[in-house]
Amino acid sequence: MMTTVKDRCPGCDGNEQDERYDELDKVIAEYKGKPGALIPVLHAAQKIFKYLPEEVQDYVARGLEMSPSEVYGVTTFYSFFSTTPQGEYKIGVCMGTACYVKGAGKLIEEIEKELGISVGETTPDEKFTLVQTRCIGACGLAPVLTVNDDVHGRLTPDEIPGILAKYRD
Amino acid sequence: MVVNITINDQEFEVEEGKTILAVAQDLGIKIPKLCYLKDKNEIGACRVCIVEVAGNGYQPACTFPVTDGLEVKTNTPRLRELRRLNMELILANHPQDCLHCERSTNCELQSLAKELGVEEVRFSGETIDYELDDLTPSIVRDPNKCIQCRRCVSVCDKVQGVKALFPNHRGFDTLISPAFNKSLDEVACALCGQCIHACPVAAIKEKDSTEEVWEILNDEDKQVVVQVAPAVRVSLGEEFGLEPGTLVADKLVTACRRLGFDQVFDTVFGADLTIMEEGNELLARLEGEGPLPMLTSCSSGWIKYIEHFHSDFLPNLSSCKSPQQMFGAMAKSYYAETENINREDIVVVSIMPCTAKKFEAARTEMEVDGVRDVDHVITTREFAKMIKMAGIDFVNLPGEEFDAPLGITTGAGDIFGVTGGVMEAALRTVYEEVTGDELAKLKLTDVRGFDGVREASIELNGQEIKVAIINGLNNANEVLEAVKNGKKEYHFIEVMGCPGGCVGGGGQPIPTNDEIIAKRGAGLYSIDDKKKIRKSHQNPVINKIYNDYLKEPGSKKAHHLLHTTYKARDRY
Ligand code: SF4
Ligand code: SF4
Ligand code: FES
Repeated sequence: MMTTVKDRCPGCDGNEQDERYDELDKVIAEYKGKPGALIPVLHAAQKIFKYLPEEVQDYVARGLEMSPSEVYGVTTFYSFFSTTPQGEYKIGVCMGTACYVKGAGKLIEEIEKELGISVGETTPDEKFTLVQTRCIGACGLAPVLTVNDDVHGRLTPDEIPGILAKYRD
Repeated sequence: MVVNITINDQEFEVEEGKTILAVAQDLGIKIPKLCYLKDKNEIGACRVCIVEVAGNGYQPACTFPVTDGLEVKTNTPRLRELRRLNMELILANHPQDCLHCERSTNCELQSLAKELGVEEVRFSGETIDYELDDLTPSIVRDPNKCIQCRRCVSVCDKVQGVKALFPNHRGFDTLISPAFNKSLDEVACALCGQCIHACPVAAIKEKDSTEEVWEILNDEDKQVVVQVAPAVRVSLGEEFGLEPGTLVADKLVTACRRLGFDQVFDTVFGADLTIMEEGNELLARLEGEGPLPMLTSCSSGWIKYIEHFHSDFLPNLSSCKSPQQMFGAMAKSYYAETENINREDIVVVSIMPCTAKKFEAARTEMEVDGVRDVDHVITTREFAKMIKMAGIDFVNLPGEEFDAPLGITTGAGDIFGVTGGVMEAALRTVYEEVTGDELAKLKLTDVRGFDGVREASIELNGQEIKVAIINGLNNANEVLEAVKNGKKEYHFIEVMGCPGGCVGGGGQPIPTNDEIIAKRGAGLYSIDDKKKIRKSHQNPVINKIYNDYLKEPGSKKAHHLLHTTYKARDRY
């Protein structure tokens, strides 16, 4: 019988039924012992789990036999990795200079009001996550926001409810 | 290869590839530095060491390598201004509470600010209010004071192989912390305190226990007994301006009496007792009772480390309590009984060069019949603080002697405080027990020194006994791996968690570095040299105790009082 990381993971009780860990085991097995294994494994783990909760980071540390502090250092350093749950739609409000000057702050206020969350948070129904982004290079359309891959430009706050409604159902 | 460079218009021949900072230091040219720790942290983070390199602008001297023809300026008006600006930026995010800071007058940031001529801080940065991490019995982290030099990260990783601390998040939010921003108490940390020595400021320090000790000294109903570890008597003087390695045992005893301790005893006595028990255990193991190699168990940081990282070796660990705990157990049994004192009325205070000893004393295992072996532990630094607070003029104190009986000791116990000392003390006794002959060389020069790993062998009745001596936990890790893989074979291994042994302990005066450690070590060897009795089994009090009380090493009573057990802890 193959022993998987799970067997050696006293902190992961209750996850035995979770098939996502089987998938993660495969990724860990593939990269274990190779230089620079951590980032591709975390990348894959984020795909599998959608985000990287503490249990998953701990699991990766055990699997790769690495210090958990190092794993945590990497997950918190790269903004690509997310340690909190992510909504189905990620709303990114551009805070580049042009957008900022043209009222991106007002857009954020409006979204926060509409969704009842602050920047960095996800709605309880896991539908939306609100983040600020650096300049996305669409300054001609300022102020701009993105919802996953869609770009919405030249916005005023009163257009926000309509945009959100499109993704609501 | 030797190359020619100029520093401040003067020509020098230096070795290629070394950094500008390293060659300047060798040449006696001072360049200010902050994040740099030789061989450990050379990452160019703080930029306090910037110099002008012709054709290359301003570069950090601690990372820029020298090449032929390099022209460097270390002291121009512009450099002085840039460095000062740099310091002001660091200070903008640093609490300005020097007046009541632990490290005031012994802080690298404070003295650098003065050296660089910072007279005002023109910026006031945003700060994040971090919670103190004070859950361990040994160490307190105060991230609010952290200047993110990463020296602790490097030392915990490279010297101790623990990797408990790491930079997390980025930019302004960067926080040097354990994983998931947990407390050091909740992660695999040895509590060795080497990160305290790494830290230039007061962002990591020991958990202060002086208040509890003041309180107990005030309690008329208690008999307060103090024990002093060997390594303290060669370092305490530094807190009062004396040279590292100065022997201050006699003044230290006087200071203890003036502070109000009722009996001033010696951990060296506990060390002599340890040799009797551990020597006996070694002989038993050599005859097949229990696994080899036997690993020493006196360094409490090492114990916590092995419990986290190499629990498969726990059966190899000597079951002997450390000298601190053996002392405590004897004070509350033998001493209490012979003096007719209720054991509950004795309070044992330890003065230790160590932060992990605080944890050790608090371990659930460390009690006999419900009475704690040791009640309070203070470090060398905390002890110095108490002496100062009491207004005692330490340097001019007359000397006094330790009290009998638990202050009667041999030179073998004194050298416990330096790497190789436990091995040497054990071999002096074991050799004589086995062969009946005196070990020809009282100084076992093979086991002395400060290299991280040393090996020696000794012949015992025709059997070759292979020993290893290790200091620093990363070195221990490497040797244990080699033993596990069958690459190395030993009978007996001494491990001390801190570089240099207890003389380099996490509770010792700041600064503690290789040079200072060597001086303190030499101090301990000189005490041994001058002692009349230099072998633990010749200690008359130890012999009396075995005759009257414990019967023989390894007896049932000895086990009850002086031996312990260990537990595996999670590594992640
Ligand atoms: S006490 Fe030792 S093991 Fe723990 S964080 Fe500090 S250096 Fe690392
Ligand atoms: S805690 Fe101290 S040593 Fe560690 S990064 Fe902060 S200032 Fe440097
Ligand atoms: S000492 Fe060189 S950058 Fe900090």
